[in-house]
Amino acid sequence: MPEITCLQTTWFAIWGIAWAVYFMLDGFDLGLGTLFPFLAKNEFEKRAIIKSMWPFWDGNEVWLITAGGVTFAAFPRAYAIMFSGLYTPLMLLLFALILRGVVFEFRNKVDCDCWRKTWDACLVIGSFLPALLLGVAFANIFMGLPLDEAGIYTGNLFTLLNPYGLLGGITFVLIFCTHGAIWLTTRTTGELKERALQFFNKLWWAEVCFAGFFLGMTVPYTKLWHNVFAKPYLLILPIIAVLGLVGQKLFMAKGHSWKAWFSSSALILFVVLFGVAGLFPNLLPSSIDVAYSVTAGNSSSSPLTLKIMLGVVICFLPVVIGYQSWAYNKFRDVITPESIDEGQSY
Amino acid sequence: MDVFTLSRLQFAVAAYFHFLFVPLTLGLSFLVAIMETFYVKTGDIDYKRMAKFWGKLFLINFAVGIVTGITLEFQFGTNWSKYSEYVGDIFGSLLAIEATAAFFLESTFIAVWYFGWKKLSPKMHCASIWIVAIASNISAYWILSANAWMQHPVGYVLRNGRAELSNFIEIITQKYAVLEFLHTLGGAYILAGFFVLGISAWHLIRKNEEEFFTKSFQIAAIWTLIFSFGEMGIGHFATANLKDAQPAKLAAMEAHWETGKNVPMHLLTWPDAENEKNVIEALSVPSALSILAGNRPDTEVVGLKDFHPDDRPPVLPLFLSFRIMVGLGSLFALVALWAWWKRNQIKQQTLLLKLLPWMIPLPYLANEFGWTIAELGRQPWIVYGMMKTSDAVSPIAVSQVATSLVAFFGIYALLGAVDFYLLFKFARKGPEEVTNA
Repeated sequence: MPEITCLQTTWFAIWGIAWAVYFMLDGFDLGLGTLFPFLAKNEFEKRAIIKSMWPFWDGNEVWLITAGGVTFAAFPRAYAIMFSGLYTPLMLLLFALILRGVVFEFRNKVDCDCWRKTWDACLVIGSFLPALLLGVAFANIFMGLPLDEAGIYTGNLFTLLNPYGLLGGITFVLIFCTHGAIWLTTRTTGELKERALQFFNKLWWAEVCFAGFFLGMTVPYTKLWHNVFAKPYLLILPIIAVLGLVGQKLFMAKGHSWKAWFSSSALILFVVLFGVAGLFPNLLPSSIDVAYSVTAGNSSSSPLTLKIMLGVVICFLPVVIGYQSWAYNKFRDVITPESIDEGQSY
Repeated sequence: MDVFTLSRLQFAVAAYFHFLFVPLTLGLSFLVAIMETFYVKTGDIDYKRMAKFWGKLFLINFAVGIVTGITLEFQFGTNWSKYSEYVGDIFGSLLAIEATAAFFLESTFIAVWYFGWKKLSPKMHCASIWIVAIASNISAYWILSANAWMQHPVGYVLRNGRAELSNFIEIITQKYAVLEFLHTLGGAYILAGFFVLGISAWHLIRKNEEEFFTKSFQIAAIWTLIFSFGEMGIGHFATANLKDAQPAKLAAMEAHWETGKNVPMHLLTWPDAENEKNVIEALSVPSALSILAGNRPDTEVVGLKDFHPDDRPPVLPLFLSFRIMVGLGSLFALVALWAWWKRNQIKQQTLLLKLLPWMIPLPYLANEFGWTIAELGRQPWIVYGMMKTSDAVSPIAVSQVATSLVAFFGIYALLGAVDFYLLFKFARKGPEEVTNA
C-alpha cells in the first residue's frame, strides 16, 4: 500500500469538510422542503417557507458542486469510481435537484392553483429524495462498496438498499428535517412558527432514536470506530456531534432558535466529519477486499496539482465563507405578511 | 445502441440544452448591470425599471442554466469515468477552481441582488449585479480553458498511466483558451444584444412604453454592434489558429482534402466524405483558404487525406455547421449596423422593428452550431491526439444509460417548454411601475 503523504491527508480532510459543509447548509433547505406539505396550511405560509430558504439554497448547492469538484480535482480515481459506480442513484439525485431548483423561480410566475401544486410537488420530492439518497449513499460508503480489483462497482441500485444503508437514509432525512424545522422557527412568527416548534419537538425524539440506532449499528456494520479508538483525540468529533444534538433541544426549550440552529449545524458537521475520519485513509472502502479500496494514497492527483489547488482553497475559501456569512446575516430577518412581497413581486 | 453511443447522445443533449441558457446569462447580466449603473448615476427611474424588467427575464433564464450545469459536471464521472481518471489531475482542478472562484460569487450575489432592493444602498445593489456578471464570465474562463485543454492539450506529462499537470500557467494562458473564451463570449453577447433588441422592437411597434424601450434599444444597439463586428475578427483568429492546433477540424470545416499551398476557397461546395472529394466546387477564390489560415497565399493547409479515415471528424456536419455559423454571424453584423444606424429614429423604422423579434432565435442557433464545430470537430478524440472518445466511457450498463437518457429528454423538454413560455409571457407583459424608494 502506498504511503499517504501529508498533502494527501490534507486533501482528504478538505474532501471531508466540503461534504460536511454541504450537508450542514443544504440540509436545512432539503429538510424544510420535505416538511413543506406538513408545515404549510395556506398560501401565505407556503410562500413564507419558500422565501425563508430562497436566498440561500443556490449558494448552498454550490457546496455540492464544490464537493464534487474537490473529489474530481484531488482524487480523480475516486471521482471516476464513485460517480460511475453509483450511476443510477446519482442520476436520481440530479433529476430531483433539477426539478427542485427551478421551483423557486417558476412557482410564483403563473397565477393558477394547479401550476403551484405541480411545483410544490417538485419541491417536496426534490427535497426528500436527495436527503434520502445521500444518506443511503454515504452509509454504504461507510460500510464499503462492492468494488472489484479494477475498481468496478459490482452491485446495483438494490445493493445499496440494505438495512444499514436504509437506516442511514432515514437518519439523514430526520436530521435534515429537524434542521429545517429549527431554521423555520428563526425566520417566522405566529402560527407557522408555533407549528414548526411542535414539529421540532416530535422530530427531535425520532432523530435521537434513529441517530442513536444508526451510530450503534455502525459498530457491527463498519470500521469507523477503529480509527477513532486508535486515535482517541478523534473522539472529540462524535462528542461534539452529541453536544449538538442535546443543544438543539436545550436551546429550543429556552426559545433560542438561532443557537439551536447552530447546534444543529454542529451536529451535522461533526457527524459527517466523524464518518470521514473513521474512513481514513479510504475514500471508498471495498467490501470485497480491503486491497481494492480506493484510498487517499492510490487515487490522488499529482503533488503539483494538489499544491496548486491547496493555494486556491487557501486564497478563495475564506473569502467565500466571508461573503456567504454576510449574505446569511443580511437576509435572516423574520418574514411577516408585510415583508413577504419584498424582492419577488417587484 | 451501446453505452458509448448512448453516453455521447446524453452528453450532447445535456450540453446543447445547457447552452441554450448560458449565453443569455453571460451577456444580459452585463446589460442589466449597465442599465442599473445609469440609474445610480442619473437617478432616472426608467433605468431602474429597465434593470428590473430585464433582470426578471435574466432570472427566469438563469434558473435553468444553474440546474443544467450541475448535470454536466457530474456526467464526466458518471458516463466518462475513464476520461475522468485519465485527465482529472488537470481537468478536474479547472472545474474545482470554477466552483470555488466563480460559482459561489454568482449564486450568492444573484440572491443579494434579487432580495436586496430595499436592504442595500443603490451603489451596493448595483455592485451586486456587476459581481454576478463578472463572476459568470470568470466561470466561463475556467470551463473554457478546461475545454480548450481537451482541444489542444498543453502543460502536461504522461506519467503513472495518466496525464499529469506540469505547467499550470501554460494551460490557463494558452492561445486556444484565450481565443475560445473571447469567441464564446462574443457569441453570448451578440445573443443577449439581439434578445434585448428583439423584445424592445416587439413593444415599440405596438407603441408600448416607447421611451422605456427606446432607451433599452439604444443601449443594446451599441452593445450588439461592438460585439458582432468584434466577433468576426475573433472568429477569424480562432479559425486560423486551428491550422496548427487542430488541422483535421479545419480541413473538415472547409471540406479540404489535399494538402497543399495556395489553397482556394470555393463559395459553392458539397463534400462527399465516402469518396474523399467534393462533388461540387464552384466560384473559387484563389488562395483564400491559405490566406485565411496563415495570412499568406503560400501557406500550407493540411488536407483530410493526410489523416486516417478513422481519425477524421464527420465532414458534412462540420462543413455545414461552419457555413451556417459564419453566414449567421455576417447577418448579425449587418442587422446590428442597421439597428445602430437608426437607433435615434427607431420608432419610425417599421421594417427593422418587424424584423428584429424574428432575429432572436438566430444567435441561439449560431451558438449551438459553434459548439457543434468545437466538439464534433474534435472527434474521434476526447482529448485531441491523446485519448479517443471510445476509450473514455464508463464501465456501466446499457440499461442504465438508456433509462437516464430517456429521463433527460423528458425532464429537459418540460423545463425548456416552461422556461421559454415564461420568458415569452414576461417579455410581452412589459415593465412594471416602481417607486423611487
